[in-house]
Amino acid sequence: MKINWFKYSAPMSFYPLAGKLIPLFWIAAIMLILGGLYWGFFKTADILNDQKQYYRIIYVHVASAWMAMWLYAVMVFWAMLGLIFNTRLSYMLASATAVTGTVMTIIALATGAIWGKTSWGTYWDWDPKLTTFLILLFVYIGYIALQSAIDDVRRSDKASALLALVGLALVPIIYYAVNCPDPTQCASLHQESSLKRVESNILIGMLVTTLGFWMYSFATTLMRARIIVLERERSTTWVSNLPEISLAETSNSKIEARTETRS
Amino acid sequence: MTSAFGTILKRDLLLALRRRSEIFTVLFFFIVVISLFPLGVGTEEKILQQMAPGVVWIAALLASTLALDRLFSADYEDGTLEKIVLSPSSLSMSVFAKILAHWLLTGLPLVLISPLLGLFYHLPMDSIFVMMFVLFIGTPVLSMLGAIAAALTLGLRGGGVLVSLLVLPLYIPVLVYGAGAISTSMITGVSIEPYVLLLLAFSLLSIVFSPWVTAAALKISLE
Repeated sequence: MKINWFKYSAPMSFYPLAGKLIPLFWIAAIMLILGGLYWGFFKTADILNDQKQYYRIIYVHVASAWMAMWLYAVMVFWAMLGLIFNTRLSYMLASATAVTGTVMTIIALATGAIWGKTSWGTYWDWDPKLTTFLILLFVYIGYIALQSAIDDVRRSDKASALLALVGLALVPIIYYAVNCPDPTQCASLHQESSLKRVESNILIGMLVTTLGFWMYSFATTLMRARIIVLERERSTTWVSNLPEISLAETSNSKIEARTETRS
Repeated sequence: MTSAFGTILKRDLLLALRRRSEIFTVLFFFIVVISLFPLGVGTEEKILQQMAPGVVWIAALLASTLALDRLFSADYEDGTLEKIVLSPSSLSMSVFAKILAHWLLTGLPLVLISPLLGLFYHLPMDSIFVMMFVLFIGTPVLSMLGAIAAALTLGLRGGGVLVSLLVLPLYIPVLVYGAGAISTSMITGVSIEPYVLLLLAFSLLSIVFSPWVTAAALKISLE
């Protein structure tokens, strides 16, 4: 059987598919996030004393931090596919992912600041992980800024895709530079990732909320991609034949007709 | 291929020498920024020595991003850049020549003036030599990475600010190790070799890859 790999790379067939998937992802996101938070808040063993209960922000903090990094990889993946196959939809998905990634980075930074104040006694510290996330935010913002600065759609897609690739190549170097400013020794306030040592109930809560955040990212990215599709393909017949568009247009023309008769 | 490289290099240097003020603008920007810091934070010798490495590097980063605007824009406006892109010789080599000329005109003067600024900050003689050396091997990275951003933002409204936004976060490794080397040189008994080796590695990596990426970016921008 021959599979048509590119069937859904056409905006025309992607648009209705995304429309069908978005509610599913929203339901999954809400259920997983609520479930994960419930499990994390009420079903974890009380091994810590009352003063340390603030650790429960971990469910939002870790989930958003993981998604922020993962979405950058997803964005670069779509940008790369766009450069290789020259498919319009890949670029649209890349730019839709960038915004959700930025939001996740900001959530991770904000929850980290709140947690840091209670645990380390400071909102901000020039700790390697904090600095890395700040730089990740700058890279996301640079990508979005470049994309919105170029009016020509083709050029803006390709230029920002190339920038995303350059960013990907440099992010590891920047990461090590801020992680280890003195090449002879390294130290940081953040503890190292220690997933294996996390209590299993906490781990379940964390993984489930992360999955929920992931579903949320799918939903928002697809929603944004649908809007970009409409915006870029507005002159095509399939867009003007869409029920929601033709409805809006008829009501618009009705309003116009009414205003015309009044004047 | 080499002849195109030589021709473009010679042409860019000649053009810049005919309009010398542009070289001096960047240089004086660097000097002014560095001299403003002591006025803002106080002139105590200890504070100045501690700040000097970071201040010098940040001034160098800002000066080089300011200068990036001129790397391709004049050639873009009068159509020379399209000729270069269309010519049969390798675009990466031509771009490399342009970046090299740009570094000779905006990076090298900063390196040469830096000892004087070291005196402003009461740096010891050894550290001044270290500063010159790390600026010498670090500033090419700034021109190389900056060229990519300059090519991507070619001919855009407000391109100058956008270039800074894109490129400054990418300069962080150079800033960290460049300033680190100068700070370490003021502590006796600690080797600055790891810093120098890392900076050299960045330099070589950027020289190998950046002309190639910049050429791709130029093709996208001129499409």
